[in-house]
Amino acid sequence: MRIGIPRALLYYIYYPFWKTFFESLGYEVILSKPTNKKILKDGLESTVDDACLPIKVFHGHVIDLIDKVDAVFIPRVISVEPKEFICPKFLGLPDMIKNSIPNLPPIIDCELSAYKNKKGFWEHALAIGRYLGHSKPKIMKAYMRASIEFNYYKKLRINYGILPLDCGEKSFYELASAKSLHNEDHSCKFTVLIVGHPYNIYDNYVSMNLIKKLQNLGVKVITPEIIPEKNILDGAKQLNKRLFWTLSKNVLGSTYYFLKNGNIDGIVHVASFGCGPDSIVGELLERKLSRDYTLPFLRINIDEHSGEEGFNTRLEAFVDVIEGRR
Amino acid sequence: MKVTFPHMGNLYIPLKTFFETLEVEVIVPPPCSKKTLELGCKYSPEFACLPLKITLGNFIEALNMGADTIIMAGGIGPCRFGYYAEVQREILKDLGYKFNMIVLEPPKGHLLDIMKKVFHITNKKNIKEIYSAAKLAWEKALLLDRLDKMVNSIRPVELMKGETDRVYKQAKQQISMAKTEQELTSVQQQIFKRMSKIKKAKDKVPIKIGLVGEIYTILEPFVNLNIERQLGELGVIVERGIYISEWIRDNLFPSFLNPKEHIELLNLAEPYIRCFVGGHGRESIAQIVKYSKEGFDGVIHLLPLTCMPEIVAKSAVPLVSKDHNIPVMTLVLDEHSAETGVRTRLEAFVDLIRHRKEETGNYALLPRN
Repeated sequence: MRIGIPRALLYYIYYPFWKTFFESLGYEVILSKPTNKKILKDGLESTVDDACLPIKVFHGHVIDLIDKVDAVFIPRVISVEPKEFICPKFLGLPDMIKNSIPNLPPIIDCELSAYKNKKGFWEHALAIGRYLGHSKPKIMKAYMRASIEFNYYKKLRINYGILPLDCGEKSFYELASAKSLHNEDHSCKFTVLIVGHPYNIYDNYVSMNLIKKLQNLGVKVITPEIIPEKNILDGAKQLNKRLFWTLSKNVLGSTYYFLKNGNIDGIVHVASFGCGPDSIVGELLERKLSRDYTLPFLRINIDEHSGEEGFNTRLEAFVDVIEGRR
Repeated sequence: MKVTFPHMGNLYIPLKTFFETLEVEVIVPPPCSKKTLELGCKYSPEFACLPLKITLGNFIEALNMGADTIIMAGGIGPCRFGYYAEVQREILKDLGYKFNMIVLEPPKGHLLDIMKKVFHITNKKNIKEIYSAAKLAWEKALLLDRLDKMVNSIRPVELMKGETDRVYKQAKQQISMAKTEQELTSVQQQIFKRMSKIKKAKDKVPIKIGLVGEIYTILEPFVNLNIERQLGELGVIVERGIYISEWIRDNLFPSFLNPKEHIELLNLAEPYIRCFVGGHGRESIAQIVKYSKEGFDGVIHLLPLTCMPEIVAKSAVPLVSKDHNIPVMTLVLDEHSAETGVRTRLEAFVDLIRHRKEETGNYALLPRN
């Protein structure tokens, strides 16, 4: 049986876990194509019009999978950290998909909730395994393998600073585990922190190759995904009130950490059109930066119409500003 | 200390009562207006939802009137509301205001924390006084909700246009003024008497529409462009999915005090939205099903632009509407919504419902006004 995983949203974080888990249970995992014009168009046409860009992109990826797989994996992600959420739309994602896309293959929509404690991941795996008709010991074994693999990958990512970027059809995970570590380029002139939701900054199509473009301009790119968790938490402590969105906590936590300790030359905040948490987090970030710091700050709002030329000009101008300050 | 708080429909009446009974000076922000909206939009993040902008406008207006302490509710997510206070505090600080912001976090387990904050604000250590002030405020909230229900059922059939609203306005003032529970009881009797005296058209068959969606847009008439009054004028009996007293109960009382019906209600949403999605997203869908079962003629679903939980709900609306054979109109509100535009849509929706009713039901032509 072939199980399809949409190359969108939390794919950029948990794909290694889910892929290993499904393969250990004996399934073939099929990824949707990297985001392209058709996927985006399909997504825009099928999603309720008020939804944010990443959710629309996700819809497009599900449509891309329809004829290729026997089941699509769309987990209901409530929470991945205790006492935190991702976003309300993630909670209702399988419902949104079912309500908006006709002729779907069966959907595996098992809940992932670590809201109470981290055991949520095991319960999530158990629910999937049970749904697919496996015995508990077998599920346990697959879960162990998946967790080990995921933790190994995460260590690799943080220690070597490997950004979860896909290259062509190849997923970031294959690239990382193949140890094709393109060794760090020492010609980098500046360091820039790019913050934003992983599915916005690593999706090459949606972000219009933001990371590559900055790298080509001689910038060393840091993102929350390659910062050790304890540093993020350390930064997040400066917040007046605990932030209850995990991804936004990573955004603010890593920025605050680097503002205090780090050696960075600029910050880029990538927000997507219609994103609720981004509107709040972006505002807090911008106000803090303009009040207490003089660091160059670029705020990019991506939507389905973003023109690439204007975007390039802004990036170049941003790098020029950094260069001018030296 | 001069205390202020944001507007949300009639909420200011019980809140004002609570603090004034405890001898705390209160500055109620001017009712939401174009000016409030302009102030709020000017200083808020562009993509924030409308309630953040308008409540920010409330705060600015109140601070300009001399308030120095803002009371705001908090939350634990996933809806953005829980972080409103943090953003608004930063914005107001940057604008140069000097104030103290007290955020009341939902007390699931933190009842002591709330009590401490109340003690701090009121500077009183006497639980009994606080209890009786809270009780009076609560009674007022309940009465206001009953009044709203009554007005919504009388307005569509009133003979003299505008009479109900006149009585309603006066009644609100009286409720606001009442100082003790006894006084409130006598006010209540007077209001009910006056309401029953309003002349009603006997031959009118009103249609019934339920109002569901995001709480702030439902409760604040300025934001929803007086939708209840407008529908009433079109001869529609409106029932709201949420009332102020329910919101207070959900947010301030421990969860075991929630009535059982709430759980039964949520079960109705099961085929469409299977889990909590923040805010009232799941409730909205459940209520559409409920209204359909109760024989309502239609439902209007309200949400502010970019509201996350209601967008999830919105994606389910077409299916629910089809499955339960009930027309649903979704109305997305933002700072650009205008009364005339919305009025036209409401008229069209009401017309559609009338046609449907005439075709399917045993009604003669229904009167139009």
